[in-house]
Formats: sequence, C-alpha cells, structure tokens
Amino acid sequence: MEKFIDNLPAMDLMRSEKMTFVQLIIPVESAHRAISYLGELGLLQFRDLNADKSPFQRTFVNQVKRCVEMSRKLRFFRDQISKAGLLSSVHPVLQPDIDLEELEIQLAEHEHELIELNSNSDRIQHSYNELLEYKMVLQKAIGFLVSSNSHAVLEERELDENIYSNDHYGDEVSLLEQDIRPGPSDQSGLRFVSGIICKSKALRFERMLFRATRGNMLFNHAPADELMMDPLSTEMVEKTVFVVFFSGMQAKTKILKICEAFGANCYPVPEDITKQRQITREVSSRLAELETTLDAGIRHRNKALASIGFHRAKWMNMVRREKAVYDTLNMLNFDVTKKCLVGEGWCPIFAKPKIQEALQRATFDSNSQVGVIFHVMDAIDSPPTYFRTNRFTSAFQEIVDAYGVARYQEANPAVYTVITFPFLFAVMFGDWGHGICLLLGALVLIARESKLSAQKLGSFMEMLFGGRYVLLLMSLFSIYCGLIYNEFFSVPFHIFGGSAYKCRDTACSEVYTIGLIKYRDPYPFGVDPSWRGSRSELPFLNSLKMKMSILLGVVQMNLGILLSYFNARFFSSSLDIRYQFVPQMIFLNSLFGYLSLLVVIKWCTGSQADLYHVMIYMFLSPTDDLGENQLFWGQRPLQIILLLLALIAVPWMLFPKPFILKKLHTERFQGRAYGMLGTSEMDLEVEPDSARQRHEEFNFSEVFVHQMIHSIEFVLGAVSNTASYLRLWALSLAHSELSTVFYEKVLLLAWGYDSFIIRLIGLSVFAFATAFILLMMETLSAFLHALRLHWVEYQNKFYHGDGYKFKPFSFASITEDED
Amino acid sequence: MYGFEAMTFNIHGGYLEAIVRGHRSGLLTAADYNNLCQCETLDDIKMHLSATEYGPYLQNEPSPLHTTTIVEKCTLKLVDEYKHMLCQATEPLSTFLEYITYGHMIDNVVLIVTGTLHERDVQELLEKCHPLGMFDSIATLAVAQNMRELYRLVLVDTPLAPYFSECITSEDLDDMNIEIMRNTLYKAYLEDFYRFCQKLGGATAEIMSDLLAFEADRRAVNITINSIGTELTRDDRRKLYSSFGLLYPYGHEELAVCEDIDQVRGCMEKYPPYQSIFSKLSYGETQMLDKAFYEEEVKRLCLAFEQQFHYGVFFAYMRLREQEIRNLMWISECVAQNQKSRVHDSVVFIF
Repeated sequence: MEKFIDNLPAMDLMRSEKMTFVQLIIPVESAHRAISYLGELGLLQFRDLNADKSPFQRTFVNQVKRCVEMSRKLRFFRDQISKAGLLSSVHPVLQPDIDLEELEIQLAEHEHELIELNSNSDRIQHSYNELLEYKMVLQKAIGFLVSSNSHAVLEERELDENIYSNDHYGDEVSLLEQDIRPGPSDQSGLRFVSGIICKSKALRFERMLFRATRGNMLFNHAPADELMMDPLSTEMVEKTVFVVFFSGMQAKTKILKICEAFGANCYPVPEDITKQRQITREVSSRLAELETTLDAGIRHRNKALASIGFHRAKWMNMVRREKAVYDTLNMLNFDVTKKCLVGEGWCPIFAKPKIQEALQRATFDSNSQVGVIFHVMDAIDSPPTYFRTNRFTSAFQEIVDAYGVARYQEANPAVYTVITFPFLFAVMFGDWGHGICLLLGALVLIARESKLSAQKLGSFMEMLFGGRYVLLLMSLFSIYCGLIYNEFFSVPFHIFGGSAYKCRDTACSEVYTIGLIKYRDPYPFGVDPSWRGSRSELPFLNSLKMKMSILLGVVQMNLGILLSYFNARFFSSSLDIRYQFVPQMIFLNSLFGYLSLLVVIKWCTGSQADLYHVMIYMFLSPTDDLGENQLFWGQRPLQIILLLLALIAVPWMLFPKPFILKKLHTERFQGRAYGMLGTSEMDLEVEPDSARQRHEEFNFSEVFVHQMIHSIEFVLGAVSNTASYLRLWALSLAHSELSTVFYEKVLLLAWGYDSFIIRLIGLSVFAFATAFILLMMETLSAFLHALRLHWVEYQNKFYHGDGYKFKPFSFASITEDED
Repeated sequence: MYGFEAMTFNIHGGYLEAIVRGHRSGLLTAADYNNLCQCETLDDIKMHLSATEYGPYLQNEPSPLHTTTIVEKCTLKLVDEYKHMLCQATEPLSTFLEYITYGHMIDNVVLIVTGTLHERDVQELLEKCHPLGMFDSIATLAVAQNMRELYRLVLVDTPLAPYFSECITSEDLDDMNIEIMRNTLYKAYLEDFYRFCQKLGGATAEIMSDLLAFEADRRAVNITINSIGTELTRDDRRKLYSSFGLLYPYGHEELAVCEDIDQVRGCMEKYPPYQSIFSKLSYGETQMLDKAFYEEEVKRLCLAFEQQFHYGVFFAYMRLREQEIRNLMWISECVAQNQKSRVHDSVVFIF
C-alpha cells in the first residue's frame, strides 16, 4: 500500500512548486540589465533587504524620482489628449527603442511645447472671450439704453444732459478711465455701468448692489445669447448682461469694487448710435480674426497631441518598467566593496536554469567582466506558495485562494475542486434546460476569449469572464444532473424510453387518488417521468435527494480526511496519522459511513426500514431488538461495535497527541542540556528544521487546549457538517419548485387563454423570470452554497491555508495594474 | 436620550462615522513624521507623502515644489473629504459640520478686512483664505469701510450674522478694532456652538463640551497674554472671554487682572488639567505655550475617537487633520530653508 502510494505519478497541482531561497551578487554595471531580464522572465520574488530605510534613503531614489516625473508628464499628455477629445490610437509603433535619457529629453520637450501652446491658446482664448463678452454687452445694453433714454427724455431733463455729457467722454476710453476725469455733471447726474456676469451669481450680485447703494440704483439684465467658455474649467457657462444705473461718485467706486469682487467684467458702452455701430463692427471683425487664429492654434496643438498620443502607450509602458526595475534595485543591498549589489529572493527550483541563463545573457550584453553569482541559501521563513496554473485551472485555484493561500507544499484542494465544485453546484441546479442556457453563455465567453481578454471589462463581466471555465463545467454538470432529475425547465421528457408505470384502466381516472401500477422494467436513466405531478412526487424526490446529499457529503468529507493523511505522510508526521487521521476516519465512518451503508442497502433491497429509527435507537438503546427495521443479518452487533469504536475514537484523538508532544519536547530538552556529548550528532540530524531555529517555549496547556478545540470541532462538526450537506437537497428542491411555479402558473396559465397578447405577456414574464431569477439569482445562490460546502465542510478537514502567495517580479503583472 | 444613541445613531450617522474613522486611520503616524523629518528636499517629502493618502493629490505636481503647493494640496484633500461628508450628512449632523467651518470663516473675514485696510490686492488675499471658511460674497468684504457696513453689506447673509450683534459700531476699522471683532465673534461662535452641542445632548454634548471648553480656555489665556501691555481695559478683556469652560467664571476674574505672564501662570496652575501644561514651561516663557496647548488638544481630540455614536469624531478629525497640515507646513518650511535642527520645535505628533 505504502509502495503503491509512493509510486503514484506526481500531480503538478497537488503540491505547490518546490521553492528555493537564492542569493544574487550582481556587479553594479550589469545590475540594471540583469534585473530587467529577470523582470521579463518573471520567476523571482525579491526580498526587500532595505525595509528599515525610508523610500528616499535608498540607492536609486533619483532614478525612481525621474521615472515618477516622467509618468507625471505622460499623465499630463493623457489629460491633454482626452481634453482635446482625441482618441489615443493604439497603432503598432514602428519607432525603434529609445533609451530612458532620450525619452526624458523628448518628454521634456513635448511638455514644454505643449505648455507654450496652451498658454498661447489660453491668451487668445482670453481675449476672444473678452471680445465676445463685449459684443454681448453691446448688443444687450444698447437695448436698455435706448429704452431708458426715451424714458428719460419724457420725464427728466437733467438726465438728458447727463447722457449727453456721457457721450462726450465715453467713446474709446473705458469707464474706469472716464471716472478719473472730473466732469461737472458727474457728481450729481445719473450714470451707468454695463458689464457681464455669470448667471449663477447674478441674483446675489443684484442684491449686493441694492444693499451697497441703499436701493438707489436701477438694475437691468438680460441673458446673453451664447454660452461662454470658462477658461479655468473649460466648461460652457451661461452669462447675463447687466446695466446698472446709479448716481454719485461714491456709489460708483462701490459698484466697481463689487463688480470686481463678483468677477463681473465691465465694458463701456457709448451712447451715440453711430459710435455703437462702429464699435460693434470693429469688435465683430476682430472676433472673426481671433477665431481663425484660435482655430489654427487648436489645429496645431491637436497635431502635436496626436503625435504624442501615437507613442504614449509605449512610453508609459517603458517608464513603468523602468520604475519597477529601479524599485527592485532599491530592494538590493550594496556589499562591502560597493561594487556589487546583493539580492535575495525566492524562486521555484525548475526556474533556476532559466534565471541563470538570463543572468548570463545580462552579463554578456552589458560587457561586464564579472559574472553574476547566483547561489542557493538556507532560509528561515517558510517559502511562498506557487501553483503553476493554466487558464482552465486558475479560476478553481482562485476559489481556493479566496479562502486562504495554501501552506507551502500542502495538499491543494483545487485539484479536486475542479470536479467537485461544479458537481455540487449542479446537484443544486439540476435542470438541463437551464444547464443548456448556462452552457451557451459559457461557450460564448470561451469562443470570444482572445477578444475579451484583451479589452477592459466591467467588474461584473470581469468576474464572469474569469470564471468562464467554472461556468462551463457547472453547466455541463447541471445538464447531467438535470437528466437524472429529468427536468427541462421543470418539464419531464421521455428521452430514455417509456415510463415504467401505467394507468390501472383505460380511463386513467385514479391517477391522482390511488396511483399507477408498474408494468415493466424501471426507467433506464434518471427519474421516471411519470412521477411528475403525482401525489407522491415530493416525498419520493425528497427522500431521494436527501439520501443522495448525505452520501455525497460523507464521500467528500472522507476525501478531506484522506487528504489530511496524504499531508501527514508528505510532511512525515506519523503522529498526525496515528492520533488524528485514524480516529477521525473511524469516528466519521462508524456513524455516518454506517448511515450511508444503510442507505445503499435500502436502495438495493427495497426494504421499508425506517433509517431515522435505526440511527436514533442506535444511540438510545443499542441493545434493543431492531424488529422490522432490520436490514441485514448481524446488524445489531455491528451497531454496538461501531458505537463503541466511535466512543473510543473521541479520547483517542483528544489525549495522546499533546502528551506525546510533551514527552518528545522534554526528551529533546534533556538531550540538549545533559546528553550533548553522547547524542548531539544524532539529535541534530533528527530534529526538524523549524525546531532548530525557533526555540519556542513548549506550552503544554496551550497545546492541549488547541487539541481539545480541534477534537470537539471535529466531533460536533461530523454531525453538523453532514447535516449541512442537506443544503444540496434543499436548494435543489427550491430550484425545481420555483421553475415549476414559473412554468405552470405563468406560461401554462397564459397559454390557456386564446389571446395573442396574453400569451405574449405570459411568455415574456416567463422568459424574464427564467433569466433573472432562475439563471442569475439561483446560479448565484447555488454557487455560494457550493462554495461554502467546499470552504467549510470539506477544507476544514485538512486545509491550513496559512501560506502566502509567490509574487515574482514581473513586467507582465506591472502593466496590468494602473490605468 | 443619553445612553441610547446606540439604538438609533447608525440610521443616519453610521455611514459617516465609518467614513470619518476610515479617514482618521489615514492620518500620518509617528513613523511617518520620523521619516519626513529626515527628508533632505521637498521632493523627498513629496515622495514620502505619495505613499500616504496624500499621494493622489500630489502626484501631478511638477517637480520644483513649493511649500505652499504642498500645503495647498493637503488642504484640498481635507476640503474634499469635508465636502463629501457634508453632502452625505443629514440634520443635525450637517449643521454640526457647518459649525466646524465657522471658525475659519471668522478668520477669513478678519484676514480680508485687515488686508484691505493695508491696501493689499483682494485676489491675493483670497488665495490666502482657508478654503473651508469661504462664503459666496467674501470678496465684497473689501468694499466695507466700517463695522456697520461690513455687517449690512456682506455678513448679514452669512451664518456669522448673529454673532455680530455685539460688535456693530460705526467706528472706522483699525487693527485693534479688528482684533477685538475677531475675538468677540469667536466668543459668540464658541458659545453658540456650545449651546448647539448641548441641545444635541448625549455623548456628543459630553465630548464636545469638553473639547469646546478647552478651546475657550485656550483662547482666554491667549487673549490675556496678547493683551498684556496694550490699551485694552480689564473690563473689555473680560468681555472677550467665552462664558463657559473650566475657567468660567472665577478663572476669568483672575485672568482679567493679570499684568504679566507669571500671573497668568499662577492663575492657571490652580486648575489641574492646565497645571501639567504650564509645569512644562520655564518661568516667563511663552514661546512653547502654543505647542504645549496643541499637544494637549491633540491628546483630547484623539480621546474623542474612543467613544462611539457621537458627532465629536467629526470635529476631532477635522482638527487633527488641520494639525497635521500645520505639521507638514512646518516640516516643509524647515526643509526648504535648511533649518532642519528646528524641525521638532513645533511638530505635534498625533499618534
């Protein structure tokens, strides 16, 4: 038996890759190249040897800073490109490789050029805005002035004079300048300020003006016709043109100050109509001029941006790589002579030749005199866990890793999860109609694999896409289980021949009262379609599914315990085999293994025995006669033996292990203290690695309490975990009942009417319910329950899951994150 | 209802309390400060901060950095967080959050008014204002010539309006007046905030009254020290003290008559919580008093996080973050001016 197990071919996924701790001594001149080759290879995980140093005290901090600066510039380009509304093209770039220094210079040039272009266009935009505003003010304010003018002529003489005087000054000069010249009528007369302000501020502006002048003013406003670009946020804002009439010098300063405070731009408007026309003409012509300049500027800038956008992705990638290389170099230590860098890290053993080859290449390419020294070292901490997965197994490995990363070289549950997970899912989701729907979805995802993996997906699609092979297996298994349950959208089909049952008479009147009679061999595969709709459908299916759940559960838990045996063998801990694996196996199988046996016997013999009764009275009164519940000869003595075995197994798994550990410890301790001379050589050999490095104080009470918790958990868990597998039955029942309801109460009901519309409504409701409730919600819940069964009921039998993942320094993983 | 906040607090406040506690765990730690103090250039500081929550705010700054940029960006982060919380908040938490900014508002008003008095450019002044204390018509403050106008034109629209009732005079503005106005406003603000917290009741009232009392007492001491040797009369001085806090009312009587720093010290040492602050200082020293008060404040603010289901955490977080920004400013200034020996003079470690 032992031989046989040893000779089994090694499973790749069962144990994580053998890792080794290596040291690299790299001459400074080839360090950068060596690290970047290693990054391309991506099979070495560096350890940070400078963890105590803050980031800016490390050796290559300047290079890192330069990279950060460059990526800032690239981000600036990206923002500019997206602001300009250009799409950064992802053409294959034909430009030859450039090195970092050149790139830095290029980037700086580009940035400089862009900033200059921006400032130019900003300046033009600013004057353009001003002119545009002026135009608006002219258009609107003239209207106010005319109306107020006619008003004034009718009512007041003085006003007229004043306007006249205003005309005199207000041709080309701005209002501010006007103010400086003291006019005789300025102090007393009515004057005005015209300008433009953001619409959102207009109301508050008016209120403030009212308060400041104590109501002695007239505020006219009209919305501007065009939207104006806000230079800061480059958003279009609505503006309002206003004209304020007031009197007095004091008010004027106040109003101008308020205008300034509110960011309102004031523009002078001449009163004379000919002047107005002249200015309007001038403004319009200059506007047109500026517009062409602005357009030319924008075109020029877009061209520059497009040429940058052409290379941006590649540059970004390059800068990121460089930064990663320098970050890694920062993890290395200088040796004493300052001529070499010393690095430490983990790598899988199979990768050693590849790494060596890459290092040699680096030495050769950088014309270094001295090669890189690469050798294996002893490590104190436990190695990282690294499974080589492919695109099929990776999703299943993810499912396991989500619970906890396997301890180094521990048995990996993912191996079995590949089959058991979709199978348990399917037990709960057994319907081959729904299964086919899922299968189509999975196939679509797989067929478009290469296309989908290249593009960026939303979080939900990402998840779905990542689990496409899980989905595929889940759908295949649910088609299988659906065939067993004989359900197609809850409708049974006669696929494998006719039913084994028929009516008692031709009228078939007693179908739902007395039942059918069996007249030929059982239905060859799965559930007989005649059960459907019969009175005993539910009791029959429930008992079937419940028993099946128990069987599946017991099998899976046994598999878990078996894996703990393989673990113990692998780590050659006979203690765990003798005092943990054996009693656990006995305990579980003497109770629930026996129950499974009874189930199988009952199925085979067709006996009417009550299994509840058997199991309960096995504990309550084991010596009593079983009576009609007896399934086979010698059942009673067997039960007594099994019960005794189970009772013995509990103290067996509880007591011996901690005591033996204690004895071993004291022996070792004594050997160390007194028997050094005689036994030292042997002692050192025998001791496992970990014990030598960590002289932990052996705390008996702690070990004992731990063992107690473990044993109690197992004993209670055996009962509750078995019961927990009944969720297989419960969810399967829920699924089939739900789909029956949707089929019968929606689709068939609607089909009963002879109206096209009602049928259509019924069909669409049925389709939506099937898609969203059955295919999405039910899939999700069955998935979660399958997940729970694996994480809790199965993995707690053997899985420690306290390792850490192997994270090699690799360029491939760098480009994925960010952006 | 005291003691029963736990039942209903989370309905409206739970999310934001979680948010604010999350923000709090992003505050720089002593290890961060140790690293920051070792920085050689401002770029080093940026590099270190890029590993903290400030990272996204600083990453797009071009390389020759200035202290002001760092402070501005760090403040921007605080403002963003504050605005996010304010958007999510419901009554009465939203009012509580607004109360926190009134102090900055007072400072901004005073800044603008003083600046205009000395004929500074308004835009330049606006840039110096704390963004938390901005209100719509703040730029219009420059128009006002005296207190009455100040109130009538601008402040009547702001939440500060009720606090102004005590200082409306037609006097022209001068430095002394403005300083008195600031303190009167602050006194009214603190008293109002205190009343508001008392109205909220429960753990909020308990914790906030402690924090606000400390604030009031600190202001009382500062007013006393700053007014020694000025023409402020004793009665006027007493009017500026807030009418709550540990020193109220007997401590205020004593402080009002103090003529030098040692008398203040003598009067403060009668109060056990302040004894420890003053015992750290040598006689006649006022330089380190600010730092001592800040340290004490930080200690009290951190304690506010020990209790759950109250609004004090928001106040405490905002204050702690402000202290952190002050620290960063000091460190950056020291680094920029090559005064690294003085770096520890005014940095207050938060954790």
